[in-house]
Amino acid sequence: MSDRLVWLTLFLLGCYHGLNPGMGWLFAVGLGFQDRSAAAVLRAIVPLALGHILSVALIVLVAVYAAVQFPHRAVHFAAAAILIGFGIYRLVRARHIRWVGMRVGFWGLALWGFLMSSAHGAGLMLLPFVTAVPAGASHGMTMPMPGAQMAHHALLLGWLMVGVHTAGYVLTAAAIALIVYTKIGVRFLRTSWINLDLVWAAALILTGLIALVT
Amino acid sequence: MQLLKPDPTFYASPKDAIEAPPETLAYVALLSATGNGVPDRLAVVEADPTSPRYARAIGGVALPKTGDELHHFGWNACSAALCPFAPHPHVERRYLIVPGLRSSRIHIIDTKPDPSQPRIVRVIEPEEVIGRTGYSRPHTVHCGPDAIYISALGNANGDGPGGIFMLDCDSFDIIGPWEKDRGSQYLAYDFWWHLNRDVMITSEWGTPKMIENGLNAELLLGGKYGHHLHFWNLKNRRLKQSVDLGAEQQMVLELRPSHDPNNEWGFAGVVVSLKDLSSSIWLWHRNNGAWTATKVIEIPAEPAAPDRLPDLLKGFGAVPPLLSDIDLSVDDRYLYASCWGTGEMRQYDVSDPFSPKLAGSVRIGGIANRTPHPANPAKPLAGGPQMVEVSRDGRRVYFTNSLYRAWDDQFYPDGVGNWMVKLDVDRDGRIAFDERFFVEFDPAYRVHQVRLQGGDASSDSYCFSV
Repeated sequence: MSDRLVWLTLFLLGCYHGLNPGMGWLFAVGLGFQDRSAAAVLRAIVPLALGHILSVALIVLVAVYAAVQFPHRAVHFAAAAILIGFGIYRLVRARHIRWVGMRVGFWGLALWGFLMSSAHGAGLMLLPFVTAVPAGASHGMTMPMPGAQMAHHALLLGWLMVGVHTAGYVLTAAAIALIVYTKIGVRFLRTSWINLDLVWAAALILTGLIALVT
Repeated sequence: MQLLKPDPTFYASPKDAIEAPPETLAYVALLSATGNGVPDRLAVVEADPTSPRYARAIGGVALPKTGDELHHFGWNACSAALCPFAPHPHVERRYLIVPGLRSSRIHIIDTKPDPSQPRIVRVIEPEEVIGRTGYSRPHTVHCGPDAIYISALGNANGDGPGGIFMLDCDSFDIIGPWEKDRGSQYLAYDFWWHLNRDVMITSEWGTPKMIENGLNAELLLGGKYGHHLHFWNLKNRRLKQSVDLGAEQQMVLELRPSHDPNNEWGFAGVVVSLKDLSSSIWLWHRNNGAWTATKVIEIPAEPAAPDRLPDLLKGFGAVPPLLSDIDLSVDDRYLYASCWGTGEMRQYDVSDPFSPKLAGSVRIGGIANRTPHPANPAKPLAGGPQMVEVSRDGRRVYFTNSLYRAWDDQFYPDGVGNWMVKLDVDRDGRIAFDERFFVEFDPAYRVHQVRLQGGDASSDSYCFSV
């Protein structure tokens, strides 16, 4: 997979997360309706994005670090195994988040975003792409880097990935939240809300399988 | 089983729910008339007027054991699944959670694949309920955003405190008691919430010992039955404030918050005032941040000849209305009030909740009147309007006639009967009996709560206003 395609995929996965009503924008809309303010909708996106960043970063940074520390094939297989395992877990055990409380402040909302993203395995889907990049990036290098520098490089790369991914998440979530709040309302949800978690679980398994055979 | 699309009976707002298709089935709790030998039963009544079996019991399921005393019940999932802080709408509204009020046994009843032939899929024995929660006598069931909540009247010994416990909404395993800090709350009965405000409201009847052997006149006259409303923080499970309606206001039962999540008010019914035997309905609302309750409806007792009265009432020469249930239409427009003593179903226009207007009334049964149903005008009826359920569109109102076995026997000592009727509500809101709908069940049973297929006016909570 080319580097450019990897970055695009990371961005699009962010959009996909943003699209899911259960990953934040619906909460933002609910808070907007409660305060009767479009600004409240946008304000809510900030802590939600922060929670998302933390959840995804945790996985991505560990993966990127592992990718430079351990043999590429091993990391790749481990990532694939985790994906398939988590996907099956999500399919079989469809437990939703146990959360009660609509009146939440900034940090409450950030925590909610973190829990929700983690429960969905938001960072996991990025694994195969993340582990692909450091390997790809090192192809162009003629001189092997010292360990510390490589780790530093990986960390930087990891944050960049999280940033690109989150940009996709924020843009999508904010756009949908605003359109729903100002124009169309939540009525369509009851007929149009496709179970993205189910699709997600299937996609995780598929991605894992593809990663295994490639 | 996860669905690919949300359950079609979930609605984001009350406005959407009003447009729900009419129910075609009603689930009805039948309890053994005598309490010995016959297991209770969940009956299914045909509610589709185009069916040849309309207004007849077309199915049901008998409980495995005797002595449960079915009372209230509820769904495993409802529109609260669309709440933005805990969205999980790809679950099914499928299982009825059916507690035995006397046995403390909880039945999980599956309404699929054939909704008219429900099946028991799990029984949680009393030992487990009491062992895991410390509570007994489970009563109200509500599907919450994170779990199924069930209120309970008391502890294992039949004393207080009563409270609330939770069931896991996927496995139906008992999670445990809900409260973290109950403050001075001791008596329990009903509960509901303002979900968007993180507020839980609970009401008070009496401990099991105070009610299970009949209404205790000494306790009543001493003002010992419940007279408080409790307001809790739903999130941290702590009691925030209690509002005392006054010791003369005995038995604060049904709680009906506004369905519109932007509102912070609701109605609570009080069975009897010691001052004049009247019943009353109170509006809870916020006043400068603090909760307060205002009496907005008073229903007077009706004079009656002593020879028409049971022993308990002979000395008073009057029939108390004994308001036992209230139900608020999903559009928050009409409040229905069951006067079980006088045999009257009242309909109030509560467009302005602070000043309800009596909009309609029908008479049936009653301690002194024994008013017949139009389907059989020659037959005087015992019992009175009791558990009332309003359809989501507000066009049909169903009600049954038994209150609670030990109390039925005190107020209707010659037998409370076993009927279920229905009112039609026309486009202008006028109520009238549906003359085709007069269900008399097997006399081995009495009839308590009704739940309508797909949800009704007291089953669902909404987190969106529009």
